[in-house]
Amino acid sequence: MHRFTGLYLDLDGTSSTAAKTRALVEYFRGAEPEDAAWAVALFLGRRPKGTSSSRVVTAIALEISGIAPWLFDECRAAVGELAETIALLLPESSPREVAGDESLAHVIESRVLPLASADDQRRTAIIRSAFTELGSVDRYVYLKLIRGGFRVGVQRRMLARALATLAEVEPAVMEHRLAGTFTPTAESYQRLLSAQSAADDAARPYPFFLASQLDVEPDSLGDRNEWLAEWKWDGIRAQLVRRDRVLVWSRGDELITHQFPEITSCAAAVAPGTVLDGEILLWSDDAPLPFAALQTRLNRKSPPTPQLGLFSAEAPVFMAFDLLEHEGKDVRELPSADRRARLESVVGRAGSESLRLSPLVAGETWTDLAASREQSRARGVEGLMLKHVTSPYAAGRVKPEGSPGWWKWKVDPFTADGVLVYAYPGTGKRATLFTDYAFAVWGDRNGERVLLPFTRAYSGLDQSEIESLDAWIRRNTVRAMGPAREVKPERVFEIGFEGIAESRRHKAGVAVRFPRILRERTDKAPKDADSLESLRALLALANRTDAVTGD
Amino acid sequence: MGEAPDLLHNDGSGLRCDLGGFWIDPWGPVKRAVVTHAHADHARGGSERYITTAETAAIMRARISADLPIDTVAYGEPFRLGDVEVSLHPAGHVLGSAQVLLRPDSGPTWCVTGDYKIEPDATCAAFEQQRCDVLVTECTFGLPIFRWRPDEEVVREINAWRAENAESGRTSVLLGYALGKAQRVLASLDASIGPIGVHGSVRTACDVYEGHGVSFPEHVHANAESAPDLRGVGTIVAPPSALGGPWLRRFASSAGMRTAMVSGWMSLRGRRRWRGTDRGFVLSDHADWGGLLETIERSGATRVLATHGYASQLARFLRESRGMDAAVLPTRFGDADDDDGERVKAVDG
Repeated sequence: MHRFTGLYLDLDGTSSTAAKTRALVEYFRGAEPEDAAWAVALFLGRRPKGTSSSRVVTAIALEISGIAPWLFDECRAAVGELAETIALLLPESSPREVAGDESLAHVIESRVLPLASADDQRRTAIIRSAFTELGSVDRYVYLKLIRGGFRVGVQRRMLARALATLAEVEPAVMEHRLAGTFTPTAESYQRLLSAQSAADDAARPYPFFLASQLDVEPDSLGDRNEWLAEWKWDGIRAQLVRRDRVLVWSRGDELITHQFPEITSCAAAVAPGTVLDGEILLWSDDAPLPFAALQTRLNRKSPPTPQLGLFSAEAPVFMAFDLLEHEGKDVRELPSADRRARLESVVGRAGSESLRLSPLVAGETWTDLAASREQSRARGVEGLMLKHVTSPYAAGRVKPEGSPGWWKWKVDPFTADGVLVYAYPGTGKRATLFTDYAFAVWGDRNGERVLLPFTRAYSGLDQSEIESLDAWIRRNTVRAMGPAREVKPERVFEIGFEGIAESRRHKAGVAVRFPRILRERTDKAPKDADSLESLRALLALANRTDAVTGD
Repeated sequence: MGEAPDLLHNDGSGLRCDLGGFWIDPWGPVKRAVVTHAHADHARGGSERYITTAETAAIMRARISADLPIDTVAYGEPFRLGDVEVSLHPAGHVLGSAQVLLRPDSGPTWCVTGDYKIEPDATCAAFEQQRCDVLVTECTFGLPIFRWRPDEEVVREINAWRAENAESGRTSVLLGYALGKAQRVLASLDASIGPIGVHGSVRTACDVYEGHGVSFPEHVHANAESAPDLRGVGTIVAPPSALGGPWLRRFASSAGMRTAMVSGWMSLRGRRRWRGTDRGFVLSDHADWGGLLETIERSGATRVLATHGYASQLARFLRESRGMDAAVLPTRFGDADDDDGERVKAVDG
């Protein structure tokens, strides 16, 4: 396992993509196929079955290290994560006690997977022996494995590039091979590295093409007529793969076919050998519902019964906007305009209530489009998508060669000025600093004007701002509540967010989506911060169901 | 009859000794300050008189002001302040660093450790264990997760890393507190690997060190003039504040540079990543958990006051696991984080 641990530390120790890729290539080049297969699976984010609760691993660590539970908690708060805390607290293991180095596959198969079916006693025995028999640093990686928090900043693209180098295939080919399910066996790994890609699994989706944020005026994109404009939907990006059967893949390469039986059954009408890219939305009357409604559906455990009635309140829709495979052929290299023409005919033939074509947004000039974009909120979309007519369908966020590619032209976020009221330590590399903050707006409670927390946010500040705010928080703490700090309500920040919805779980009665700090409002005193009333006004704007039905 | 008041207490300006009429490491201006060492969070200007070691005095004069009114005393040489006999003893933290031993005419003996480490350090006098009744100990690293590896191992790693960088044509950059850590690192560098350049603020302190008999491998002032000789083959020793700035960039070769932070905090992955350097070397000028416990035990103290760092945690551990009389001695809020030198601004550009 030492080689894999070494790789883990190399990956963890650098932020350079090139260095990480080099480390991966070097690892895979010398790895046994069964180890490499597990490494691929782990970097793809697959968790091996056989995890253990933090309670169990903590109890074993306490027993071995002889540390009091309260002191362990203090250590964990200082370190920020469990695996590292335990690794730092366990007594040094002497490698001599270990009979040689165990392979990664062996560690997973004999010390991780058996945890899945073990009873409490057996589980404790397995973990305890791992803690005492594995090398000091190996234990850290082992803990990461059994706690399921295996993240080392290896993106799929990076992994694909490293494996493509070894297999001597195009990175895009490797991305395609990596999309979908990968079983961690030596055979799968060898198949991944095989020269010919003919035997591609009929289930696999293509890597998604992602648009970049448009930060400039659209005029700079040139002739309006060279661009296709569509609404930017606020749903679940997905590919509908219609080959011998119908599969729906989300962008996280999760199969979500069963959560949306309405879509799956309608898609059977599409000719086999078709792959559509689009967005899944929940539709009510003539407008999409806010994302929150969709999330409820996604989290549902049992598949919903298809609602085929005409008057069903909300129906899922696959809003198709691109065609990746047509008549069994990969058409991603075709220009956008050609793919669009084919898409229109495919959906025109097989379309239904649940499978729709995302319409083009008309407008002679950029100014006309800008005016349409202003209606985004009212329509329940996030803005516009701009796709150059020549653009092929590339992989990931890379701009295709020789074409201006895709851009998302979103509407400006909602904003509210909130007062910093609580601070929490971050996790991972932010664990030793207060980097998560709660913000409050003014509202009434029992006739009194009080600050009500409405959101937490942690992104948006740069490193030096975070460090200086951290120092301020420590000096201005009025109360410590475990790791959290209540601070003097003195500093006002402008918070941006993408959506807002009613929420019973939040004190303020609203929940915002994708909150982030835009800037500090040093020009504002706490009394000038926003109020619950102003948030509710945004809510009315966002809540189109209310607007449409006059509810 | 009530209990006698403590010999030392925090009066808002610092740790005050009423019987002796002085303060230890005050943060506000006072009449008479006994200074444990020259780091900025312990040695501040503005007081009427200072008492410290000759080494600390020299650094304070170089860093704060040349005409500070300082009386210097040698290690182990007792002197009287009011009704208290005071002596300074090596703390092993940085050059001139001292523990303050206080023997009042009546009542228990106190020892204030200041910042200290018990591992040997070629650039300052080794820590000398004191015996006392009441021990005021720092505890910057007062949690059992902090366990230092032997210096030689870390130094070997640093030199191996430099050699690897030089081989690939990259400049090595070692970042550490300009006073103390930088000198300790500099003294451990193998000059045969490549030329060594130091940042101006590091150099200021090096001059004082050399004036007090500490020797370093050959090194130059890292600046525009020496940059061509350092680029790609050399090692730069600089304070953490240099990271990411234009001053540092001039030393990058076409292959770039590799940066490493040297601090006890680098034992935590989060801190390593937060710093954003390529590497973190765990080398601290503070005692680790084992060092703190060993010092406490060997002091023979029956009462321990913890300050600077994980104070409440250490005090609780001593009470519950060792049955000691232990408490927190509060100092200023938010000053817990040294060893990185993050709060110390680099002087030159």
